[in-house]
Amino acid sequence: MSVGTGGPVVFSDAHLRRVRELQATYPDKRGALLPVLHLAQETFGWISPEVETYVASLFGLSSAQVHEVVTFYTLFNKRPVGRHVVSVCHNLSCALLGAEDVIAYLQERLGIEAGETTPDGRVTLFRVECLCACEVAPMMQVDDDYVGPLTREKIDQVLEGLR
Amino acid sequence: MAERIFMRNFDRPESNTLATYRASGGYDAFRKAAEMGAEAVHAEVKKSNLRGLGGAGFPTGTKWGFVPKQRTGPAFLVVNADEGEPGTFKDRYILERDPHALIEGMLIASYAIGCQTSFIYIRGEYVRPWRIFSDAVAEAEAAGLLGQNILGTGFDHRIVVHRGAGAYICGEETGLLSSLEGKKGWPKIKPPFPAVKGAFGYPTVVNNVETITALGPIVSRGGAWFAGLGTPSQGGTRMFSVSGHVARPGLYELPVTATMRQLIYDHAGGMRGGRALKAVVPGGSSTVILTAAEIDLTLDVDGLKKAGSFIGSAGVVVMDDTTCIPEALYVLARFYAHESCGQCTPCRETTGWIFKIVGRILAGKGVAGDPDTILDVAKRAAGTTICAFYDGAVAPYISYVEKFRSEFDYHIRHGDCDVSPGRARPAAGSH
Repeated sequence: MSVGTGGPVVFSDAHLRRVRELQATYPDKRGALLPVLHLAQETFGWISPEVETYVASLFGLSSAQVHEVVTFYTLFNKRPVGRHVVSVCHNLSCALLGAEDVIAYLQERLGIEAGETTPDGRVTLFRVECLCACEVAPMMQVDDDYVGPLTREKIDQVLEGLR
Repeated sequence: MAERIFMRNFDRPESNTLATYRASGGYDAFRKAAEMGAEAVHAEVKKSNLRGLGGAGFPTGTKWGFVPKQRTGPAFLVVNADEGEPGTFKDRYILERDPHALIEGMLIASYAIGCQTSFIYIRGEYVRPWRIFSDAVAEAEAAGLLGQNILGTGFDHRIVVHRGAGAYICGEETGLLSSLEGKKGWPKIKPPFPAVKGAFGYPTVVNNVETITALGPIVSRGGAWFAGLGTPSQGGTRMFSVSGHVARPGLYELPVTATMRQLIYDHAGGMRGGRALKAVVPGGSSTVILTAAEIDLTLDVDGLKKAGSFIGSAGVVVMDDTTCIPEALYVLARFYAHESCGQCTPCRETTGWIFKIVGRILAGKGVAGDPDTILDVAKRAAGTTICAFYDGAVAPYISYVEKFRSEFDYHIRHGDCDVSPGRARPAAGSH
């Protein structure tokens, strides 16, 4: 599978300056690993093995050391994702107020199971643990934003806006 | 309604801006702290009986006292904004609605501890709170409220805003430190405690967002005032995140002397649709569940202890009589199995097995001994792990089964639920 943007795995000069700046921010430059991985994901779309190796080279770490970190955290995409990521909370407060119905409806509307991406690359659907917005349960995160409380109408409206 | 301390600015227009914050006396508390001197600030915090509001409830002034006074290297303040305890959403409100109150609290704590750099670790999913807080830091830097010789006090300080990447365990303070150091978020064996050897090997105080936000008012109005709002062992008000089957889910600030019944019925609007209360999770998911008969207790750390539970992060999840308790436990067992960091075998294995057992009960494939197996297995691993994660998971495992045993037995006997028969269940599967 190719890298999300199709480009080579290398940061621009501006991003490399940002990496050095981040590394200088922490008492040990390794502290910048998560911020740099966030930057890498924004740039390359997901954290491929090639991206892991590239980031490792910026820190003097082995690919395995970076892989261990990447796979520990849910927000680092280990596979390509769609243009939009929809993450539905299925933890307690959302479950009490219909999270399973929300997930079932989204799966039906998108024609995919949770964990999958629509064939047109538009939306990736995830089940996630508590996003800490229980006051608007049932809720989901759509890219950067929290949305809730969810109804079928609200979900339709959100999906309409995802191109 | 009692006076609001943490939420005092939430309803002001553009409450996230420096202009709004300063218009109501913002950053005067830091100036006062610098005039008082570090030791006097520390003494006021001790006097306030402020206890950590992230979950553990440890006295804040005592925690600060563990940082060695004689040291050659730096010390750090790390603010835990990795809010993740199911049922809790208070810190998000502070980050979004009153970021300068948090920054001022960070300045006061840093001044008292004697550190020139503080870190704030914000959970990765909180993109909007992270942006708003980062903008507030930039605003404070531009106004000379961060940087060199702040407000002419001679005190230098910078704040590093750090984003997490999705892992509940990073809310545990030593897991957070591992993550801040660029590693997977594995908790560390204590001792050494972070106050002695913390972030990057230096003495570190880790405090929760809400705890830090209390410091401005404590310095302005005195530790005795804050202490007077609470009980002899815990000062102040705190924010309660209320969700589930109540008429008005939301954030409520009350003195810790209020009762759970008052919180649910007088503030959160009572039960949705006038239904009957069945159970309450008092302090985030990792706490012993209360039955409807157990809600006449005060919401301070000691009040919940009397009922064998824990106020934790004060994330209150309310369940009405339509709730299937085995299903609620399934949801939480899935959560703990997913979030166990995998470092300690008892936690990694037990969370996985309990998830499977609860899953088969819910799928109608339970066997007669299953509830006892859950209790037995859950208890065996308690107290055997590096951090408090597993002991937190044990609270629901045991209390849901013990207090609602008949529901588990009904599922096992009938393959369905007596509360909500035929309802769609979460699909049994992997976490």
